[in-house]
Amino acid sequence: MKMLRQKPELVCQEVVELVTDYLEGALSRSERRRFEAHLAGCENCTEYLAQMRATIRLTGRLDAEDLTPAMREEFTALYRRWRSEED
Amino acid sequence: MRMGLIPAIVTGRRSRRRAAGEDSDDELLARLRAGDENAFVLLVARHHATMLRLARSYVSSTAVAEEVVQDTWLGVVRGIDGFAGRSSFKTWLLAILVNRARSTGVREHRSSAVGDAAPAVDRSRFDASGAWMSPPQHWIEDSEDRLFAEGLASHIQAALEELPSRQREVVTLRDLDGLSSHEVCEVLDISEGNQRVLLHRGRSQLREALEEFVKV
Repeated sequence: MKMLRQKPELVCQEVVELVTDYLEGALSRSERRRFEAHLAGCENCTEYLAQMRATIRLTGRLDAEDLTPAMREEFTALYRRWRSEED
Repeated sequence: MRMGLIPAIVTGRRSRRRAAGEDSDDELLARLRAGDENAFVLLVARHHATMLRLARSYVSSTAVAEEVVQDTWLGVVRGIDGFAGRSSFKTWLLAILVNRARSTGVREHRSSAVGDAAPAVDRSRFDASGAWMSPPQHWIEDSEDRLFAEGLASHIQAALEELPSRQREVVTLRDLDGLSSHEVCEVLDISEGNQRVLLHRGRSQLREALEEFVKV
């Protein structure tokens, strides 16, 4: 019987480079298993992943520049002008 | 119809998403095709923040970015029959914007090499075996809201503005505007692999900013 050659375990420095691929679902099944096996035994990398998730959440809460009422009016005026040019 | 605009900082990116009862882009588009002015303004308002931010990464000033946005809408109004519905309206719209912004070319689009070797975390924080020597601190999710209000928001915002423009575009479209990876690839005309590399570099630097803020 052939022995399956086991890849060496991932080290933390490699894990932090795979976080995005992991979150994006872009790791192969075996890579994903190695990644999760490392996390299961590594508190620090688990924290790192938690910080990445927090970063994504918080970035998503940054302020947006919504359309001001003045710009709303400007766009309405533009639309009318464009329409009248078409006709 | 959405009347007053609630400050987005309170509501998060969901404020730019469609609320229940609002028409979808496709419904508004159908009304716009029929010459409905109100549908036009609703579409403009819905996509404005995303468009302005994206335009800004190509041109030097907000005023020019606003012109690019207007120019894009003019293109939409004139070329609306060219929208075949193969992609979503939003993807189509943003792809037009990117084209216009690039050709406006007031400032040469700074492009950083996609495959640059900058690590996600500084090498000095690992030992020779690659294990953490100076590990990240425990992240307390419950303190997020307080930290965000106490300046973490502007700290992350500043870090985002510091990112190389291609990283900033990808992070912004994904994490602020909520586009899928597939949509981002279509809008920016990049491969899935490049999209992930840019996202990884960008997010890693924002995480560093978050860590920095908490340490102080």
